Amino acid sequence: MTDIIGASIPRVDAVDKVTGAAKFADDLQFGPGLLYGRLVRSPHAHALVKRIDVRKALALPGVKAIATGADTPGYIGLYLQDRHIFATDRVRYIGDPLAGIVATSEEIAEEAVKLVQVEYVELPGVFDPKEAAKPDAPVLHPDLGKYTVANFIFPKPGSNISNHFKVRKGDVDKVFAQCDVIVESDFRVPQIQHVPIEPHIAVALAEQSGKITLWGSSQSPFAQRDLIAKALGISQGDLRVVAPYIGGGFGSKAGVSMEACAVVMEQKVPGRPVKLRLTREEEFFCAFVRQGLVAHTKIGATKEGKLVAMKTEYYWDAGAYTEYGVNITRAGGYSSTGPYEIPNVWADSYCCYTNHPVGGPMRGFGMPEIHWGIEQLMDQLAGKLGMDARAFRLKNCLKTGSEVVTGWKMHPTGLTECIEKATAAIDWGRREPASAPHKKRGKGMAIMWKAPAMPPNAGSSSYVRLNEDATVTVGLGGQEIGQGTHTAMAQMVAAALGVPVEWIRIATPVDTQYSPYEWQTVASRLTWSMGNAVVAAAKHARQQILELVAEHWNEKIQDLDIKDGSVISYNTEQALPLKNMVVYGLPKEGDCGWRGGPIVGRGNFMPTYVTGLDAETGQGPRSVVHYTVGCQAVDLEVDTETGQIEILRVAAAFDVGKAINPDQVRAQMEGGVVQGASSAIFEKLDLRNGKVVNPSFVDYRIATSVDMPHKIIPLIVEEPQDDGPWGARGIGEHAMVPTAPAIANAVYNAVGIRLPSMPLSAERVFLAMQEK
Amino acid sequence: MSQHSITLQVNGTTERATVLSNMTLLTMLREVLVLTGTKNGCAAGECGACTVLMNGEPVNSCMVLAVEADGAEIVTVEGLAHDRKLDAIQQAFVDLTGVQCGFCTPGMLISARALLDRNPRPSESEIKDALRGNLCRCTGYTRIVEAVMEAGS
Repeated sequence: MTDIIGASIPRVDAVDKVTGAAKFADDLQFGPGLLYGRLVRSPHAHALVKRIDVRKALALPGVKAIATGADTPGYIGLYLQDRHIFATDRVRYIGDPLAGIVATSEEIAEEAVKLVQVEYVELPGVFDPKEAAKPDAPVLHPDLGKYTVANFIFPKPGSNISNHFKVRKGDVDKVFAQCDVIVESDFRVPQIQHVPIEPHIAVALAEQSGKITLWGSSQSPFAQRDLIAKALGISQGDLRVVAPYIGGGFGSKAGVSMEACAVVMEQKVPGRPVKLRLTREEEFFCAFVRQGLVAHTKIGATKEGKLVAMKTEYYWDAGAYTEYGVNITRAGGYSSTGPYEIPNVWADSYCCYTNHPVGGPMRGFGMPEIHWGIEQLMDQLAGKLGMDARAFRLKNCLKTGSEVVTGWKMHPTGLTECIEKATAAIDWGRREPASAPHKKRGKGMAIMWKAPAMPPNAGSSSYVRLNEDATVTVGLGGQEIGQGTHTAMAQMVAAALGVPVEWIRIATPVDTQYSPYEWQTVASRLTWSMGNAVVAAAKHARQQILELVAEHWNEKIQDLDIKDGSVISYNTEQALPLKNMVVYGLPKEGDCGWRGGPIVGRGNFMPTYVTGLDAETGQGPRSVVHYTVGCQAVDLEVDTETGQIEILRVAAAFDVGKAINPDQVRAQMEGGVVQGASSAIFEKLDLRNGKVVNPSFVDYRIATSVDMPHKIIPLIVEEPQDDGPWGARGIGEHAMVPTAPAIANAVYNAVGIRLPSMPLSAERVFLAMQEK
Repeated sequence: MSQHSITLQVNGTTERATVLSNMTLLTMLREVLVLTGTKNGCAAGECGACTVLMNGEPVNSCMVLAVEADGAEIVTVEGLAHDRKLDAIQQAFVDLTGVQCGFCTPGMLISARALLDRNPRPSESEIKDALRGNLCRCTGYTRIVEAVMEAGS
């Protein structure tokens, strides 16, 4: 049955999704008693709130209740509790929620929003992270020093820096003085938005007993339960979060955001459910956005092309609240070398409050942002050395046993193979003609690394329950967000238990009342972490079945196995189907009773070996669980008359340890490439004094079917992970990480221009060519 | 706001509904007829998640008033399969992994069905052009285009 591992079976959710049967949160029915919510949002980027008067709004017929910051004065947040559910005395971005209207229709609620009177005193705003970090900048969070914070985050009270992560390794200044070749440059990455096609939605129902149920488009039902319960001072056992299918998240639906508003609003009208959904416009600036980045990096090498020193400054445009973003800053810092072995490193990664939309996790968690600069600079350095970009990377990239920036020795890694495969797939080194005289063709590459960024004790759990006909119900808490995780989990349970994969049923929707705990569906951690938990649960069930049959047959367990849904004996060659006995047990001989009972296996997984990093040096024995690495190579054309980039070929090679379902792995790579290319060429939240002026699909373009590369070549590399199920490690976010710098390097190769900031829109590329 | 009584065919069934003047076809399908397969992604005619067939033509149902659909024939994603047998385009999406999160899928299938109805053997560029109004953030479109090719072959 282990053949099912590595088999490209169809997705277990595909039929429900193509027939319209798959239920998303907005599809659930709540009957005629359903109420609707809308949020009152700040029109100011930074202001003190003097007074909120809701009387006129409350008097509007159809308005049932209005929640404000007075209802929940406390704080909420994942790594740093710096956020009110509703703003109280201060608003910090355009869109900051101040009040939640509950009414009998969305139209009435919207009407009531206009009737809420808020008296503001405007304050100067901060719209650039580097400016924000200056000592004389207006301070957005005067109470920063009082916020509850995780012990690996280092805020600087009295400033706008909510986390300062440092690396101090070797002697950078001394080594730079001896370098033969040095390059340094500034890079900028704008805030962008995840743009899941399903906007955020939450429905809450409170009962008079105090119990609350929340249905939502959520990557994090358990984290939401925990954080909302703590913020509201209720028991986690009394808050139930149900998470049906989710229409894309990419990080925007991780942690807690508008869901907490819905719960507080519902507490005002217990007994009648309240539905709160974001409009597409709100989605662009009121949900999480990807943090912006202002980077300055300097790297040095010997004349033989050996990297020896790197110095980096990152100022993250983390927006008004950084409860989640502080850890992106940390991840950016401890990954700041990219996948290279560099003995001397100095890095400062600052998480900066600005009066911009709230930065949060987005596919890659800081890695697309930092690799944008790192990988362009590596090309520049290779160029200055007169080395081929590929040869330079092969020489300096991490190999098994290399020392990584934090001091850990790299685990077995297939990065070299990724570079070789991806570049070969686009005929690296071969100069090829453009398709027209006004077009120029170029090739570029970039490599990447990423570790799951999470608390050291992020856990997973699972149960495996057998039904009468030996179909298997698998309980788990990880969300099927599109990545195919439930299909991979079904394959793992089938293999570990010894039954056909068609017998596996994943217990959905994830429901904190019935599903086993899972930290969050983030960090590309499920295949590995939840995979380990479901395999443990399947093995636990298997053990119970084998014990039962061993006793029944009077044989030794080690002579028995489960194959294709039957227990078999290698000793006596007997076989017994699982059907019935896994629920009803087996009769003892001579009608003297029964043995066994309904089989339920349980399993959990939590990494127990993750250590902290020294606050002053960023060094530590093992600060992450593993790194997924990869390489992308791009072959493109630039239209010299329009500046338009047309991607002919992208090869993407990633070391996934073991592809449980190779087809789904390739699908992740393809989707990541296009999302990465979209960010590289089109995407930017156009912010003017804190206001997003392009919050629609017309003005904020994402890649459509006509923009996709002509050919995407996904390539799987498998260097097994020692603690991964069948050697698997995550792939999901990674495919987006190297795309943008690989495109930038190919554009340089084609037309000789290099833009320090994204996006490489046709207009900007054209103007840069004109200036050249 | 005045109310209107309308009659229309939805997935081959005659439906009568009383709707307000400003109700969209999307809202009527989702909230009055509880056909929730059709999705609301932007309510502005920009993402294509709400695409349905109206008299054989793909339309953004968020941009059509329910009263405009009086007398029309509507096909939603729920109407593609018959007798528990998937339409060829649905089967191709399953077989070739044209689906990830599944939220754009209903609209994508309807746009693809409309294309195949008027052009049973579309070229790759004709497919990309026909689907440009249907945004997908997960798949990168590759397998969706392949699935439409497959269903058309």
